[in-house]
Amino acid sequence: MLDWPILSTVTYLPLVGAALILFIKDDNELARRNIRNVALLTTVFTFVLSLGIWLAFDPSDPGFQMVEQAAWLGTGISYHMGVDGISMLFVILTTFLMPICILASRDSITTRVKEYMIAFLVLETLVIGVFCALDIVLFYVFFEGSLIPMFLIIGVWGGKRRVYASYKFFLYTFLGSVLMLVAIMAMYWTAGTTSIPELLAFNFPANMQTWLWIAFFASFAVKMPMWPVHTWLPDAHVEAPTAGSVILAGILLKLGGYGFIRFSLPMFPLASADFAPFVFTLSVVAIVYTSLVALMQEDIKKLIAYSSVAHMGFVTMGIFAANEQGVQGAIFQMLSHGLISGALFLCVGVVYDRMHTRDIAAYGGLVNRMPAYAAMMLLFTMANVGLPGTSGFVGEFLTMLAVFRVNTWVAIFAATGVIWSAAYALWLYRRVILGALTKENLKAITDLDRREKILLYPLAVLVVFFGVYPMPVFDVTAASVERLLSSYTAAIEAAGSVASAAAH
Amino acid sequence: MMAEAFSLSQSLGIAGPELIMAVGAMVLLMVGVFAGERSTQIVTGLAVALVVISGLWLVVVTPTGVAFGGSFLLDPFARFMKVLVLIGSAFAMVMSVGFASRERFNRFEYPVLMVLSTLGMMIMVSAGDLIALYLGLELQSLAIYVLAAINRDSVRSTEAGLKYFVLGALSSGMLLYGASLVYGFTGQIEFQAIAQAATAETRSIGLVIGIVFVLAGLAFKISAVPFHMWTPDVYEGAPTPITAFMAGAPKVAAMALMVRFTIDGFQNLAVDWQQVIVFVSIASMAFGAFAAIGQRNIKRLMAYSSISHMGYALVGLAAANVSGVRGVLLYMAIYLAMTVGTFAVILAMRRAEGSVEEINELAGLSRTNPVMAVALTALMLSLAGLPPLAGFFAKYFVFMAAVEAQLYGLAVIGVLSSVVGLYYYLRIVKVMWFDEPAAPFEPMAPELRFALGATALFIFPVYLVVGGTVFNAAEAAARTFF
Repeated sequence: MLDWPILSTVTYLPLVGAALILFIKDDNELARRNIRNVALLTTVFTFVLSLGIWLAFDPSDPGFQMVEQAAWLGTGISYHMGVDGISMLFVILTTFLMPICILASRDSITTRVKEYMIAFLVLETLVIGVFCALDIVLFYVFFEGSLIPMFLIIGVWGGKRRVYASYKFFLYTFLGSVLMLVAIMAMYWTAGTTSIPELLAFNFPANMQTWLWIAFFASFAVKMPMWPVHTWLPDAHVEAPTAGSVILAGILLKLGGYGFIRFSLPMFPLASADFAPFVFTLSVVAIVYTSLVALMQEDIKKLIAYSSVAHMGFVTMGIFAANEQGVQGAIFQMLSHGLISGALFLCVGVVYDRMHTRDIAAYGGLVNRMPAYAAMMLLFTMANVGLPGTSGFVGEFLTMLAVFRVNTWVAIFAATGVIWSAAYALWLYRRVILGALTKENLKAITDLDRREKILLYPLAVLVVFFGVYPMPVFDVTAASVERLLSSYTAAIEAAGSVASAAAH
Repeated sequence: MMAEAFSLSQSLGIAGPELIMAVGAMVLLMVGVFAGERSTQIVTGLAVALVVISGLWLVVVTPTGVAFGGSFLLDPFARFMKVLVLIGSAFAMVMSVGFASRERFNRFEYPVLMVLSTLGMMIMVSAGDLIALYLGLELQSLAIYVLAAINRDSVRSTEAGLKYFVLGALSSGMLLYGASLVYGFTGQIEFQAIAQAATAETRSIGLVIGIVFVLAGLAFKISAVPFHMWTPDVYEGAPTPITAFMAGAPKVAAMALMVRFTIDGFQNLAVDWQQVIVFVSIASMAFGAFAAIGQRNIKRLMAYSSISHMGYALVGLAAANVSGVRGVLLYMAIYLAMTVGTFAVILAMRRAEGSVEEINELAGLSRTNPVMAVALTALMLSLAGLPPLAGFFAKYFVFMAAVEAQLYGLAVIGVLSSVVGLYYYLRIVKVMWFDEPAAPFEPMAPELRFALGATALFIFPVYLVVGGTVFNAAEAAARTFF
């Protein structure tokens, strides 16, 4: 145990950076460079500090660690922070991707740099807060709060249809979440607490679970996003600046999956079991349908956005398979997708910064001028497809294995999704990278510069490393997932025995 | 609880803050009359000082108790609401300083009327029987009728005043009629005596009609649907500082009266009035949210916004339990802060050629005046109810009460209309941040900066620190009735 509140420190450290930036005047190039450097240093320092959480983390303890608790706003709302094996790695993922985002925006964001960096740092605080919060209202505060900076990032620094995309993003996710808020209140009056550990131990009545599950599902399914409420994602991705897309795909989508694992599955086990076929159906539709949609996209970012929806389908499928491979695989898939999709959006950003278009048709034959880029793109595309040896494979394989134990049909359809994803990813790669370099304006295009290599190489190393040796992740998650599932099965069995007793 | 014989000195002590206001208003009037038209600034300053003194007297000196044989109550609930009323009035007076001199309607009656209106609100909050209720309500309203029309050279202002007066008189008539029915069927005018007389056994249809009429009169004052029609026109037509005043303190006072009347007087008949409140609440939330979407004028937008906010506050009252009353109190406190802050910005929307009120005039404010833009963004998102801003916690506590009372439908409709509300609040944020800058406004006057800074910092981040304290105060105040 540490004797100082490391979670709060990591959470609020970015705000300190934001406060520093507030006092720098954004009126000349030197000042803007200072702003960028302060933001970068803050996020790097936050990342280094967050590694302390990993070091101090005891993987054999399934409960919450590094807990901080203080009374706060009345009626049970307390300031309660802590991490367990499920949430800890998401904190690290967030702090890891943030410096990358800041660095990725160095050249592409030239207007209103000050506000941009502040928005990103505030966003980092809010997202870390989501993963650390152990009070359900505090969780909601961070969860919803994260919409505000993202709204501004898309709306101010986005593309042509940024206003539409930012509104859609905000209203869609807000609409999903408000129902969760009502459910949170109902949970408070039933269980008498807003503390997540206590709620996890509380058994909600079966008929109430159904309603609570639906309300939480409304929120997380939109956030995830699951088919058919995914339509905000492609718009948001296409219009967002590169770093915004990275954060959106890398971290914000994970809030939905995290919510399912943290709330839906353990708190409403009976409803989760009842609704599992429903979720499987939506997941399979997402995997197959959005892969087909991705196949026909003409915008690179949109294609990757649809592929994200498909990959999130594996996550939801794994979670509601509700066995060890499923939940572990889902967590792994989310972490790995955070790295891979982040990297893919960075790759798109590389060529977009040079050519200012994302049309697939505008490219072709880039391998001739950009060998390093082509190699990186190949690696991440293959990882996205789930090639063995990359981290993408581990997550997809485990979730399919898990669902195979539950329902073979779902597994079969999901497996076809892998083929579809190979189809769109390889076709994309062929059209953009391979072939002869015929387009005039591409003939002077330059390969990755030093900054872009610094961005992409660490991601490449991690993707391969976790593909070959995923154990560091499973070591952390195993104990917590095991306890989650044992209480889940216990709840299901208890309900089953009650039902059979009633039948006699 | 009724004091059969009351001691005058004790009663005067309990009504001390009101006496200060009443005597002070006379003194201010004299100062104004003898010093002439140029004295507006001095009188305004003195009026603010008067409100502050009265507030301090209320918090520090005045004892809790029942005065004038039960007509006038000072309990924790009244104290909480009076503090809010005084804060709202003081801010509105401070914000009017610069406006009055710029727009050339330097009239010293203006702060005096505000003081009188505030006095009326304080009596409303403390009203222990139907007579004090009406007395306070009329004093408050009459002063505001005049205030709304005070810019008598302006057609819009005169029209606003007249409209407000005619409709206000109508609502007062309904309220009086209802009060007479309540008296007729219970034989009592004191709320607590009414509560003893009006039980489920003695419930009669006439009494219920009386309750409904009184509620209709009060709903007019808080501009809840279906008695909201005057709001947009009066908000738009009245001089902006008056609108700022009307949108804040009087609503707090009328809401206090509504809580006092329903919870203190008719707790036994909760089933009867609850359905009225539920209907008014849903209608206000939904109507306010949808009608605001098409607005171009920011004052009209705030009018519709206040209609829906009254709906949200009534969600707490509909729950008719201690957490509901607590929610109403917290809601009004936070609503007051948000309203004052927003009107500080509206008052600061002026260029060399004069004040502007179109939302589009805010275009690109984040470039031309980033501080103001950030503050207004925080206020708008807080009005929309987004965490971590105070407006979220306001909504959280009222909806929580509704869920406790198992009014799930009300809670769900409420949160859904807050999504619709978000849409139009976002439009202001969008105009400020996404659009190309319009010509910059003139620098903000110091008093507006103060008002905006204080309220914006209160909703974020100060509330996150003091929220627990405010909550405990509201809890103690709500316990008055239970």
